[in-house]
Amino acid sequence: MIQLLGGLLGRFGMAMHIAASWIVENLIEYPEELVFEVKVFFDAIIDWLIANLGGFFDVIAYVIRNIFLISKDVLLFVPWWLYVIGLFFLGWKLYHWKMGILLAAMLAAIGMFGLWTEMIYTLTIVVISVIVSILIAIPMGIWMAKSKSLEVTLKPILDMMQTLPSFVYLLPAIMLFEPGSVPAVFATTIYAVPPLIRLTYLGISNVDTEVIEAGKAFGSTPWQMLRKVELPQALSTIMTGVNQTTMMAMAMVVIASMIGAQGIGYKVLFAIQNLEVGAGFQAGFAIVFLAIILDRILQGLTATSEEEETANA
Amino acid sequence: MPKKKIEIKDLELIFGKGEDRKRAIKMLHDGKSNDYIREHTSSAVGVRKVDIDIYEGEMFVIVGLSGSGKSSLIRCLNRINTPTNGEVLIDGENILDYSREELRDMRRHKVSMVFQHFGLFDHRNVISNVAYGLEVQGVDKEEREKLAMESVKAVGLEGWEHHKIEQLSGGMKQRVGLARALTNEPEIMLMDEPYSALDPLIRRDMQKELLGLEDYIDKTIVFITHDMNEAFKLGDRIALMKDGVIVQIGEPSDYFENPANDYVEEFIADVDKGQVLKAKQLMREPAYVAKENDRRTTTRDALEKHEKSFCYVIDDNDVLLGYVTLDDLNESRKQTIESLVKEEPKALYRQLFLKEIYPLMEKGTTDVAIVDSKNRLHGVISYDDVIQALSI
Repeated sequence: MIQLLGGLLGRFGMAMHIAASWIVENLIEYPEELVFEVKVFFDAIIDWLIANLGGFFDVIAYVIRNIFLISKDVLLFVPWWLYVIGLFFLGWKLYHWKMGILLAAMLAAIGMFGLWTEMIYTLTIVVISVIVSILIAIPMGIWMAKSKSLEVTLKPILDMMQTLPSFVYLLPAIMLFEPGSVPAVFATTIYAVPPLIRLTYLGISNVDTEVIEAGKAFGSTPWQMLRKVELPQALSTIMTGVNQTTMMAMAMVVIASMIGAQGIGYKVLFAIQNLEVGAGFQAGFAIVFLAIILDRILQGLTATSEEEETANA
Repeated sequence: MPKKKIEIKDLELIFGKGEDRKRAIKMLHDGKSNDYIREHTSSAVGVRKVDIDIYEGEMFVIVGLSGSGKSSLIRCLNRINTPTNGEVLIDGENILDYSREELRDMRRHKVSMVFQHFGLFDHRNVISNVAYGLEVQGVDKEEREKLAMESVKAVGLEGWEHHKIEQLSGGMKQRVGLARALTNEPEIMLMDEPYSALDPLIRRDMQKELLGLEDYIDKTIVFITHDMNEAFKLGDRIALMKDGVIVQIGEPSDYFENPANDYVEEFIADVDKGQVLKAKQLMREPAYVAKENDRRTTTRDALEKHEKSFCYVIDDNDVLLGYVTLDDLNESRKQTIESLVKEEPKALYRQLFLKEIYPLMEKGTTDVAIVDSKNRLHGVISYDDVIQALSI
């Protein structure tokens, strides 16, 4: 009796197992036939770009590389103590003498870590990327605020650009340009540009309606409106954007070390690969210090420029 | 009759886009109500069929509750809003036909504007706000600041010219707004609820100052408000708007004498006539006025003809010199009346309210001179006129 029951149960279990695996294979797991890979499209786009616009990218690469090399040489030519003293006075002028000492000490610490040259490399890439970002983003942001159709198209693209993992930008960058500083500047700029576009757009479109009407009512031309009313009114928002863009660039420049950008990021990567915990933290703190220095300088400049604007305009 | 400065003809303004707006226009022409149009389309009616003539030098007030279309209407006069249909003529030219350049030129030289929430550029200091209109015309810095300084003085902000906007109180901010509008020396000033955001005491001072300013500047002013007391205090003529149309148009006394309908009556119910009607609104043309070097006999004959015992005497600029009596004219043997003129101590300022003037007057029908702040004779008024006006 018990044997019979056990046999029945065993058969039942077997049947259940077969049914379950059929369900899993056919109804729950994503069917193989419906797999459609978009990766070929992206590959095709990159291939097409290389085949047809190769010359164009060569020119960009040439320009960026030379700008990078010249800026780096200029920045390296200035003696280190001049930076430290200069930063002290800048901190003093923008804030107070304590801030001057703090910022100068942070910069000196980077030198003490033995990362001075790497810091200059990193700084060069960040500065070039931020300048290129500003040149792209501010006109884009203004245009977006003026044109409803551009606003509608650009908003989802910006959302996508900001959620796409930053590593993804490295691949096309390295395909289009040879490893080194050029793809680093390219990837950093693409990663850093969306917040500035967004905040420029926000700043311009949030200017008070009556202020805009006043500008019109006194006979401003569209250019005068932009130059004398809209941009000054949006200035603090735009400067927030520049600050964010700079911080994003700082974050990206570390990742860009994976595609051959030299600098502090490369030291972090090296430390990971060799499991050197101390060296990793040392490079990490150097990046933090550099980020704090840049952030404070930008915030201080924003505050003083607003004051001067009110006093002189 | 003075010259027509602004003529608004069959003006319609509908906010909306494309096909939807066309449907709304059709509904409007079919006589559908504003609410009906708002429910059935995504367009909104700002102004429906408005006709107004505004005369040179007059203070014209448009009054109405929020949503009545008054702010939309005033923005058609400098084309910040572009009307859907109709015409706006300024000095006989239809500004809706203007090119961009002509429009800009008009805004720079002819029409300026003061805003409810001031519309100031807070990234600039007081003087460069006031000089903005000249700056966009390309006037160089020294010249424009010199001119702007005159406006700053005119509104009583001297000493504040280098302050930031955020350091000023609400009343001072609106003075900056007014100074900015005066700097271009416009012929027309559009004022969109300029005092609504101010507290009552400041508002009263600003109203008085505006009335005083009116004597020095011969501008046509279009003033928007939702406050009937303010409208009557300031306006030479007043248009009452409701749902995008004009309900009544006329002088303050017209509203009390012949209110157009119940809505108007209700609107003016709380208005204290003594506090809103002014001497200038009640004054009459004097029967006869003499010039300082008129012949004595001419004046005497004129007075006898008009059966008056005295008349006022003015100079070539209309400034009141005094009065001459018929008795003096009869007794004297002089060629001209110049030496017979007696000083008039009782002349009344034309911006005074009836409440303020009637304690100053003697009972009876004797005419008292009404003058402006430059002592120019504008008209005459008697005690009986005042009492009669207050009792209606």
